[in-house]
Amino acid sequence: MLRNLFKGGGKSHDESEGVDERRSWFDRLKSGLTKTRDQFLSQLSGLLRVGRRIDEDLMEEIEEILIQSDVGVDTTLTLMDNVRERVKSEGLSDSSELASVLKSEILNLLGVDVPLQIKDEKPYTILVLGVNGAGKTTTIGKLASRFIADGHRVLVAAGDTFRAAAEDQLSIWCERAGAELIRGGENAEPASVVFDAIHAAKHRDADVLIVDTAGRLHTKKPLMDELSKIGRVMGRAHTGAPHEVLLVVDGTVGQNALMQAKIFNEAVPITGVVVTKLDGTAKGGIVIAVNAEIGAPVKLIGIGEKLDDLRDFAGADFVEALFAEETAGTPESLQV
Amino acid sequence: MFESLSDRLQSTFKRLKGQGKLTENNISDTLREVRRAFLEADVNYKVTREFIERIKVRALGQEVLGSLTPELQIARIIGEELTQLMGEKAEKIRIAPSGPTVVMLAGLQGAGKTTVAAKLALRFRKEGRKPLLVAADVYRPAAIKQLQILGEQTETPVFSMGTEVSPVDIAAASVKEALAHGHNCVIIDTAGRLHVDETLMDELRQIKERVEPTEILLIVDAMTGQDAVNVAENFNTDLEIDGVILTKMDGDARGGAALSIRHVTQKPIKFISVGEKIEAAALEEFHPERMSSRILGEGDFQTLLEKAEDVFSEDQAKELERKLTENKGLDFDDFLTQLEQLKNMGPLDQLMDLMPFKNQLPVQNLTPDESHLRTAKAIIHSMTLEERKNPRLLDRSRKLRISKGSGTTVNQINMLVSQLQMMNRMLNQQAAMAMPQMGRKVGSLPGLKRKASRKPRRRKRRKSR
Repeated sequence: MLRNLFKGGGKSHDESEGVDERRSWFDRLKSGLTKTRDQFLSQLSGLLRVGRRIDEDLMEEIEEILIQSDVGVDTTLTLMDNVRERVKSEGLSDSSELASVLKSEILNLLGVDVPLQIKDEKPYTILVLGVNGAGKTTTIGKLASRFIADGHRVLVAAGDTFRAAAEDQLSIWCERAGAELIRGGENAEPASVVFDAIHAAKHRDADVLIVDTAGRLHTKKPLMDELSKIGRVMGRAHTGAPHEVLLVVDGTVGQNALMQAKIFNEAVPITGVVVTKLDGTAKGGIVIAVNAEIGAPVKLIGIGEKLDDLRDFAGADFVEALFAEETAGTPESLQV
Repeated sequence: MFESLSDRLQSTFKRLKGQGKLTENNISDTLREVRRAFLEADVNYKVTREFIERIKVRALGQEVLGSLTPELQIARIIGEELTQLMGEKAEKIRIAPSGPTVVMLAGLQGAGKTTVAAKLALRFRKEGRKPLLVAADVYRPAAIKQLQILGEQTETPVFSMGTEVSPVDIAAASVKEALAHGHNCVIIDTAGRLHVDETLMDELRQIKERVEPTEILLIVDAMTGQDAVNVAENFNTDLEIDGVILTKMDGDARGGAALSIRHVTQKPIKFISVGEKIEAAALEEFHPERMSSRILGEGDFQTLLEKAEDVFSEDQAKELERKLTENKGLDFDDFLTQLEQLKNMGPLDQLMDLMPFKNQLPVQNLTPDESHLRTAKAIIHSMTLEERKNPRLLDRSRKLRISKGSGTTVNQINMLVSQLQMMNRMLNQQAAMAMPQMGRKVGSLPGLKRKASRKPRRRKRRKSR
């Protein structure tokens, strides 16, 4: 069953891929998530062992671990309430039985995986948003290269006309990926750059148009208004656009991410979240919180600097990686 | 800044209102709330636990604080402990006694190093130094170009050797360049890297060995979650940093990084960075006591005063002081000057954060909008000099004329007039009651007084330098 959920093995969504590839991607995600031996989340598997009884102390220790992983107080409490209920109704007493309950409850909060897929709306438009330094431009570079590898013609719109050298940064990424870049020049009106880009994309018969935007803090009202405008202009220039609105969130961010998601979502309704920089020691618990509290599914995660380190998010893998013990290699549940 | 933590703490204190004294019971309720507020603010779990423990000991330890009510008592203890947590006193950037001051910036990707480098350069220039910016990020596409553009904006030369040279050699060469061209400070912008990346961390160690920086500053995104302390600890172990700069403080940061990093690394936070624009006001010195006062919702009058001091000329300040002390109230001319100066003090919403008792203002949740400033200016510019001096002259026909002249509505003019009145009322109130009250609470009144009388002397000294 896990295998069906397991579809993060690279660019293809095909489930019939080799075990090796899956294993290696799993290992990397795991090693990304548990860099040091005393990681909190591998502590979790130390807690849940045969012989230890389920009691309030244990519950509190689990809560502590979840909070330390940036899952957030509210989400943690909801999660633990559900777990307590199941412990009661299923009559569990040994902590080793708790792992699967916890996993399934987290999975429950994460919802069904919704991979990013290009649909047949030529050009399929993707608007990329986020606060400063979240990793938008890098994500776009990786996305473009992925679509091109899949045989699509990709255009990128340089909608960040504010930050110094943002256009140059994007142009280097586009060169690497083989995508065409539509520039507006520094201090050009972003909405007009995007408008032009949509027409260029239609004219050049592109399959995908990815729109970069300037990083902005969600607390800046005028900048959020600017985003809404970009969204409106896109919709006017092309029916149904933007087809996909991706919010890029730094994986090391704390509870603030919820506010980010909420306010960006008000400016332009978000269809998915990209969580970047999960290869550090950040536990990325915010992934769970964002999914649970905003309702926008996490679609992609960034686990490294290489071009193919942008992966489809697979809830089951993510949860397994959270619970995996570093020394144990592949967790039992994966040894099908 | 820190709004959610600040709001949570204040509503917790409010619940203690009307209670006769602190008891084991109401303390533990309060502390549970405080703990939750801390965790929701991304304060590190262990730091939170220790903090709560200390508060508990002190609150129960019957430090008899005489006349203080329970809520003030607990607020004072928490305020003092917050200050303690953030490091007591402000620490500045060290300046090398001889030779160029070399500041090396390091941090994760996207923390804001390049922007901080430019803000720091601007700050050094304002202090009369000659900075050199060094582009040592050879990995991120267009990072050098970005620094070069920011260098142009701040009129600071940028040293770069392209992307083919190792950052260690670039750093070493830049110090020679600085010596040769009389730059007395060097700001090295390094590439963002993960603290677990051995190769790249080793590169930083090599730069450190080669150039022996005066200061190694870790740049941390203030919105970072529980991982902030891991990052800081790792960088500190590898590099032995001298301090921290927190960035994106205007992004509704919860305060977690600010409250945790100092305690865990024992290294001071030296600056906080706000806003995307490269301007001098965008890099604030970090004062633990003032920050703690902001968190407790008591504002930060000191910083506000310092910002004002930086932009108001001596004459303007004297004139303002005279009017305030003579209880005359301000007229539209003053209003206009203030509007102009306000713009120079930094973005409005950040200034609002510094206001004492912001939460007790008649209008809640007011989000200042820069466009209101423009409207207000247009209206005042359409008034006669007479009208500006004496707002009472404004009758209906005058208002109609002004509205035509400024392209506004009479309603907008009325609002401006009542704003002026409200401001005068508030200023009178502040002078009459809020200030002594604040003085008692945070002990800032004596400082204020000293400051006001010291101001002219300080100015002179600065000029003669």
